[in-house]
Amino acid sequence: MTVETKLPYDKDYIKQFSAERNEPAWMNSLRLEALDQAGSLEMPKPDKTKIGRWNFSRFKHAAKGEVISSLSELPLEIQDLLDQDNLPKNLFIQRNQSVAYASLSDELKDKGVIFTDIFTALTEHEELVKRYYMKDAVSIDEHRLTALHAALMNGGVFVYIPKNLQVEEPIQSIFWQEDPEVALFNHVLVVADEGSSLTYVENYVSQNDEQETISNVITEVIAHDNAKISFGGVDNFAAGTTNYMNRRGVAYHNATIDWALGQMNDGNTVFENETYLVGDGSSSEAKAVVVGRGTQIENFTTKSVHIGLDTHAHILQHGVMKEKATSIFNAIGKIEHGATRANAEQESRVLMLSEKARGDANPILLIDEDDVTAGHAASVGRVDPLQLYYLMSRGISQTEAERLVIHGFLAPVVTKLPIASVRAQLTKLIERKVY
Amino acid sequence: MAGSTLVIKNLHVSIEGNEILKGVNLTINGGEFHVIMGPNGTGKSTLASAIMGHPHYEITEGSIHIDGKDVLEMEVDERARAGLFLGMQYPSEISGVTTSDFLRSSINARREEGDEISLMKFIKEMDATLDFLEIDKNMAQRYLNEGFSGGEKKRNEILQLMLLKPEIAILDEIDSGLDIDALKVVSKGINKMRDENFGCLIITHYQRLLNYITPDNVHVMMQGRVVKSGGPELAQRLEAEGYEWIKEELGIEDETVGQNA
Ligand SMILES: Nc1ncnc2c1ncn2[C@@H]1O[C@H](COP(=O)(O)OP(=O)(O)OP(=O)(O)O)[C@@H](O)[C@H]1O
Ligand SMILES: [Mg+2]
Repeated sequence: MTVETKLPYDKDYIKQFSAERNEPAWMNSLRLEALDQAGSLEMPKPDKTKIGRWNFSRFKHAAKGEVISSLSELPLEIQDLLDQDNLPKNLFIQRNQSVAYASLSDELKDKGVIFTDIFTALTEHEELVKRYYMKDAVSIDEHRLTALHAALMNGGVFVYIPKNLQVEEPIQSIFWQEDPEVALFNHVLVVADEGSSLTYVENYVSQNDEQETISNVITEVIAHDNAKISFGGVDNFAAGTTNYMNRRGVAYHNATIDWALGQMNDGNTVFENETYLVGDGSSSEAKAVVVGRGTQIENFTTKSVHIGLDTHAHILQHGVMKEKATSIFNAIGKIEHGATRANAEQESRVLMLSEKARGDANPILLIDEDDVTAGHAASVGRVDPLQLYYLMSRGISQTEAERLVIHGFLAPVVTKLPIASVRAQLTKLIERKVY
Repeated sequence: MAGSTLVIKNLHVSIEGNEILKGVNLTINGGEFHVIMGPNGTGKSTLASAIMGHPHYEITEGSIHIDGKDVLEMEVDERARAGLFLGMQYPSEISGVTTSDFLRSSINARREEGDEISLMKFIKEMDATLDFLEIDKNMAQRYLNEGFSGGEKKRNEILQLMLLKPEIAILDEIDSGLDIDALKVVSKGINKMRDENFGCLIITHYQRLLNYITPDNVHVMMQGRVVKSGGPELAQRLEAEGYEWIKEELGIEDETVGQNA
């Protein structure tokens, strides 16, 4: 196993990159320190998946994209992500590393909602960004990829909901990796201040089946006291992209963070979704669906960390593996000492559609407290021939019967995605990946 | 002659190498209602499953034809599209697939591409049938058989029967576990199907179903064969006297399939 210690981009490059974007000094030095750390930190070690030979170094770092004047200019694949009958009022589209489209309703603007690209946020809302950026959720020095992310961050969005504001209309971001070789070091920061609530949905899209590149995505989601965040995501990086994606939430007193994630990447992927239930009474439901195909290797870790009293978490992940795809599903419920009456539930189910597909579900409970509830269920199996028999006995063809069973298997998560158009799009993607 | 004809000849069926059916002969014509009775473990469900093409059963000898077409050559879905239907003793539960979506897929599976049933027409037909069978409309939006009570599953099988309108239906213990009201409703559904184009094979343990549905022919299975056939009076005699007299008449000691007379 070879570990490359040479980093693809150096200090001068980063200084210049940062200067071109007029970043504040603290950001500039954060990047440079992170680059230093990246040189000495180890790669992450996802349980049961060897990533030593994956491409994390061959990519291009910078690419611009053109502004679009109307949503109808978007490729169909991206238009599909939008509810055409009811176009989103709060929509952000990033094309490579440029803002291609950005809208936020006047009503929300007036009420103090911030929804802007990360570079604008760094200048216009510097203090807020500085307060949260890689502080409460993800740390720069967790491993080499978090450090590289901090050093090379080249896109993203900042969402801030002020105190006690309930945002009814969803907020949606689309990250469109148009250049097939450019890497996305995307940083999404979502902050819901005390007593506020929002629904946020994001999509990642690329088409590089041949060209190699990487994604290194960090999403930090902060729910202050009594805030409620419903977070939906559909990831659809093409086969050429090797992915490190880390979505992490921190929930304070009585706050809720619910996740509904569709992981449809076609390339090798390390994925982490962790929720820190710091405040008493905080809770999280984390739902994920995965479809693996081809020869891709994926590792998914969904974790709840219980720190406060009476914290509840429920993890539900369903994966379908076809062809020679391999996936590891780790579900971790970690209950810290003192997290009295915590409840950590989890369920991981893997359905394999071919002889050569591999799936593994690892339920893990790490409990340092006595007065808690915890439960886990895990299964890895194939399509039940008796279910197919039943469906076919009504005239439904084998292909259609399999399709129904697979949709049914994924439905508990798909139906939970918070925006109808994204739900429909995920259904379409599943359809395309499975057949 | 109206309707379809199902002809079963000298059918031998094994499961995991054990021969369960040992030469069943039976013909069902459109317009006819047949009943099969028989003690537990005598091969009734095996016969039903073999006709439909259950993956665990192996046909070792004999033939099944519908209107002259070789059923044993067909996949399960082709059998259904050829006109066969099996109301199962233990229907599968299918999580995540609503009963309504499943029904629509089943109906469309019998129609040509481009000639799918319109959503409006489907909902109208489904709602009318749900009402007829006194099934709560919410059930159509629940996942197929998931968490259904025994009685609800049976009603759901009849719902499918009525919407799919097969030529030949086999109903395996459709009356088991039903309360008296449900029994009446299910019978009403089966009777509604009755016409010269519809043939039916009803597997039951109880004469009480036959108070509502009058069969044309009654057959008794033992040891993996049809050992006696008659009219409705045969069912009444079985209800009154049990199976002992048949066993005596035929010199059978143990009626289950492992045994031979
Ligand atoms: N895998 C198997 N190996 C051996 N014998 C089996 C196997 N599966 C089923 N059988 C036997 O086949 C016989 C016939 O079963 P079948 O289900 O057809 O009976 P049945 O007449 O429908 O009974 P019931 O009235 O209880 O529903 C039974 O004795 C059963 O135990
Ligand atoms: Mg039976």
